[in-house]
Amino acid sequence: MYGDACFFNDSILTKVIYREAVKAMNVFDIMGPIMVGPSSSHTAGAVKIGFTARQLLREEIKYVKLSLHGSFLATGKGHGTDKALIAGLLGMKPDDERIPYSFQYAEEQGLVFEFAGIELRNAHPNSVLIKLEGVKGNQLEIVASSIGGGAIMINKIDGVEADVCACYPTLIVNNVDKPGHVSLVTSVLSQKAVNIATMRIYRDKRGGNAVMIIECDQEVPLEVIDLLRKAEGVMRVTYLSMEEKNEF
Amino acid sequence: MSFRSLKEIIKQCDEQQKPFWKVVLEEDMEERMVTAEESMAKMEQLYQAMKNADASYEKSLKSASNLVGGDGERMNRAILENKTLSGPFIGEVIAKALKMGESNACMKKIVAAPTAGSCGVIPAVLLSYEEKYHATMQQMIEALYVASGIGEVIAARAFLAGAAGGCQAEIGSASAMAAGALAFLNGGGQESIAHAAAMSLKNLLGLVCDTVGGLVEVPCVKRNVVGAVNAIASADMAVAGIRSQIPPDEVIDAMREIGEALPRSLRETGEGGLAATPTGQEIMNRLFRE
Repeated sequence: MYGDACFFNDSILTKVIYREAVKAMNVFDIMGPIMVGPSSSHTAGAVKIGFTARQLLREEIKYVKLSLHGSFLATGKGHGTDKALIAGLLGMKPDDERIPYSFQYAEEQGLVFEFAGIELRNAHPNSVLIKLEGVKGNQLEIVASSIGGGAIMINKIDGVEADVCACYPTLIVNNVDKPGHVSLVTSVLSQKAVNIATMRIYRDKRGGNAVMIIECDQEVPLEVIDLLRKAEGVMRVTYLSMEEKNEF
Repeated sequence: MSFRSLKEIIKQCDEQQKPFWKVVLEEDMEERMVTAEESMAKMEQLYQAMKNADASYEKSLKSASNLVGGDGERMNRAILENKTLSGPFIGEVIAKALKMGESNACMKKIVAAPTAGSCGVIPAVLLSYEEKYHATMQQMIEALYVASGIGEVIAARAFLAGAAGGCQAEIGSASAMAAGALAFLNGGGQESIAHAAAMSLKNLLGLVCDTVGGLVEVPCVKRNVVGAVNAIASADMAVAGIRSQIPPDEVIDAMREIGEALPRSLRETGEGGLAATPTGQEIMNRLFRE
């Protein structure tokens, strides 16, 4: 089903949802997951947020500032939300028994962290603003929320609305709003037989800054990402892989 | 598509002459495009993880708030000293439910079934059953499919989260799932399974989520006990031929209606009920100062 996006002329689009991938509840959404307690939203979801932030930065983290909002701030400590977020940033998964001791692991691995409270506007009660700096100097800022049952949402990436569920390989392309970028991206993906699950496009104004958020059914090959990075008018390409690497 | 009613599962059991668990298994195979072996291997992993969690209980652990820990051990001691009115089997169920709830509060590895807060109910009855009746792994896996099928219907018609529908949605659902699984293990057919679930859920309708300090500790750990023991009583009634006068799917719909009518203060906000008592408030203030 790849390539369905090509029916559109991207210059006339402001915001389009081509195809919404709705996740049905299966047996193992009811039974499971195997996780470290005490809360699927405040603990397991928090680990997943940390892990996803690390996947987005794609390098080891040197420094992180985490600003907790709402219920994360009010009850986070008793739920181990702070330890869970750090565990995820260190590459741990929600069932890792080292989660309660993540602060010690952070110290050993030279990850410096700082917690604060914040009041985010229009945010889910279980939200956190994370500012990251990697060992190679890359920086990233995300707002993420834990929306229940261990599921999460990356609401913003570097200040831009994203609303990514982190359940698919996700490609985020920031580009100048000009004709041709959508078809460039969809055609390189289709050439590599990568099927698009959902695709959203935003822009601030005609001819201004645009962002494409594409959730895929397969991993996007690195050469596609490199090719897009070099394309004219593309300012930034961020990729969230679902391949679980523990080292970069 | 996942099941939207217990009636639908029972209809498939009757039409295809298949047991309840098999209908649920085949739905998973179709939904996730996996073989029976793959699906059952994953279910076995979950059961094994429940067993491991039970075996790795640490009696000296306390939760971060210091409110929870050591009660599973107290119960175990009472059983050994022959002090329980409920006898060794129910006593073991109570101890296992406490231990799992405590392990969860102490950041140990557990299986959310269906949620982390209600993680003690299903393992408490299933592990105790397996120990007492020397059931096979195959039987226990089948029982977990029965429980999951009931959970799927509850998720589709109502909810499974305390924040959405109160404790009845967490412990109530876990209890209904456990009751159906036990009715199956004790020889009940699809009707008995559905009615065990219905009676179990009925008994816990209206249960609010009033967690002290918003933590999954008080009263959650002990509510796991009530969910487990209620499941045994309901399964026994169902296998004895007792039926819920309100049909199972309608009971689930009632749970939804009640959950939606609950005020926000009684849906996992730590604002009402036990959380609002003078002692609950004092605990909350202490936690916030720390």
